[in-house]
Amino acid sequence: MHFGPHLLLAALEGLVTSAVLALTALGLSLVFGVMRVVNVAHGEFFMLGAVLAWAITTAIGGHPALGFLAALVIAPLIVGAIALVAERLVLRRLNYNPEATIVATIGMLYIIQQLALTFYGPEARPVEPPFSYRILLPWFGYSGYKLSIIAASALILIASWLVLTRTRIGLIMRATQYDSETAQAFGIPVGRVYGGVFALGAMLAAIAAVLIVPISQAHYLMGQDPLLLSFIVVIIGGLGSLRGTVVAAVLIGMSDGIVSMFFSPTLAKIIATLLVAMVLVFRPQGLFGTASR
Amino acid sequence: MSEASPAKAYALHLGVIALLFVLSFLLPDYYHGLLARIMVLAVFAMGYNMLFGYVGLLSLGHAMFFGAGLYGAGLAVIQLGWGVPLAFVSGIACGAVLALMIGLLALRTTGVAFMIVTMMFAQVFSLLILYFASWTGGDQGMVVPQPARVLSFGATVLDLTNPTVRYMSALALFSIVLLITLAIVRSRYGRVLVAIRENEERTKMLGYDTFSNKLIAVVISGTICAASGAAYALLFGYVGSSFASVQYSILPLLWVLLGGAATTLGPLIGTVFMYYVIDITSGYTSAYLLIVGIALILLVLFFPKGILGSIRQRWLGWLP
Repeated sequence: MHFGPHLLLAALEGLVTSAVLALTALGLSLVFGVMRVVNVAHGEFFMLGAVLAWAITTAIGGHPALGFLAALVIAPLIVGAIALVAERLVLRRLNYNPEATIVATIGMLYIIQQLALTFYGPEARPVEPPFSYRILLPWFGYSGYKLSIIAASALILIASWLVLTRTRIGLIMRATQYDSETAQAFGIPVGRVYGGVFALGAMLAAIAAVLIVPISQAHYLMGQDPLLLSFIVVIIGGLGSLRGTVVAAVLIGMSDGIVSMFFSPTLAKIIATLLVAMVLVFRPQGLFGTASR
Repeated sequence: MSEASPAKAYALHLGVIALLFVLSFLLPDYYHGLLARIMVLAVFAMGYNMLFGYVGLLSLGHAMFFGAGLYGAGLAVIQLGWGVPLAFVSGIACGAVLALMIGLLALRTTGVAFMIVTMMFAQVFSLLILYFASWTGGDQGMVVPQPARVLSFGATVLDLTNPTVRYMSALALFSIVLLITLAIVRSRYGRVLVAIRENEERTKMLGYDTFSNKLIAVVISGTICAASGAAYALLFGYVGSSFASVQYSILPLLWVLLGGAATTLGPLIGTVFMYYVIDITSGYTSAYLLIVGIALILLVLFFPKGILGSIRQRWLGWLP
């Protein structure tokens, strides 16, 4: 294959990564932005989404699209419910103290990981894609399902943007993010908003995982990479900025796809992590964020 | 920390060291080996406590300082053929230099950003170990051969693979670090660190240069952790990349929280306790991560001061 088509293939793969990353990172960014909680267990909610997708598609059987659609609806709901319970039982009692919640979410990470290992097992298991249509480009055929991931992610991102900017729920969330004490004084049930945001963040991660699982398999340790990448996206994109999150996700996903196709993936990771750490050191508000108060 | 006589505090710490010395002759083989390992890891926890407990900086990257000591000493022995004392010094030096570099960069951030930045630097460190697999052995790690772990001073030969020598070396390192920590936290400098933890702005207004004080604390903390790593490589003979993974940044946090942050003996108590809990439960279940997870959550929820922190609060106000 010539350089041009090779680059196109790398770019397409990068876009798929970006699409999934944008959804996962949006969840992390919402929780981080509204609640000031660094959710270290975010990657495990992602993993849980994938594992549940496998369980649901296996339980339903029949045409793959049927199981997949069921998983797309049910898995995020279950993950959201688990997150809500965790928020009520643990984070709320810690009064959202930043350091205590970090330790607590590390605890959640270990608990979820161990439960997945115990009940799901150490194997990586595949989920059949809902359809297997190949789009024929002049140089190579490309999976139609992968393109549909990009489309689905774009739709969800647009929907989130509409909810955040045009609805009352979005207004309440932004008010809580801006100044939770004043919001409380104006009768906004801040505790319930926090619960909802934490569950929503986990659900976004689960949706991303269900979308990716037909092309990457479900495994109990699969949450680690998306967690670190999401941190990177949230930091580069700037806290609580949806536009920044999307731009950063595309940036990171594309460069990851292209660099790891032409260079060693480990070297690519080292350079990317180091660059991001430097961004955080020298420009803590991120590339698109405004200075924090 | 009330103003009790320093003699009382030093007596307690010397008593603990004496107890560990006596235990060496009483313990059965299995626990003898386990306690040697625990003492080395407790040094790691003490290094972590220096920064987390006394300065209030939550780092999630201390595995890289442990790893710097581990590989600094291990590579010196295996690849360069250096002797044990020189390798130990090389491990400590690697940790100190790395801590200085990381401190200069990471201390520009505060709070959550500090935690994420340290985690990322640690990630880079562990990826570098994997990238340079031809020297570091990648994720297989390296075994330090037995002949390389023998010390000889003229006629005296100390074989670090001998259990008694190993236990006494671990105890010596532990005692030195414990007494150094005690001296630091009781000193003027230690008080400044606590003042920074309680209110950095006010400490700044009182005329202290908080940045350089914190930087010194990072270097001390990193150096102690590296000493623990270097000792681990030389005493137990294994240098592996898993010791530089995120998990080994989280474990000292757990040990310190359990024993009591900002107490000198807390890291030892936390490490001993957690090791025995895991040791006992692993007889019943393999789900040791579950125990760690539940312990972390229960600790922050109901027991944020840890074992020794609670004892100090209730009964013994003079504990350092």
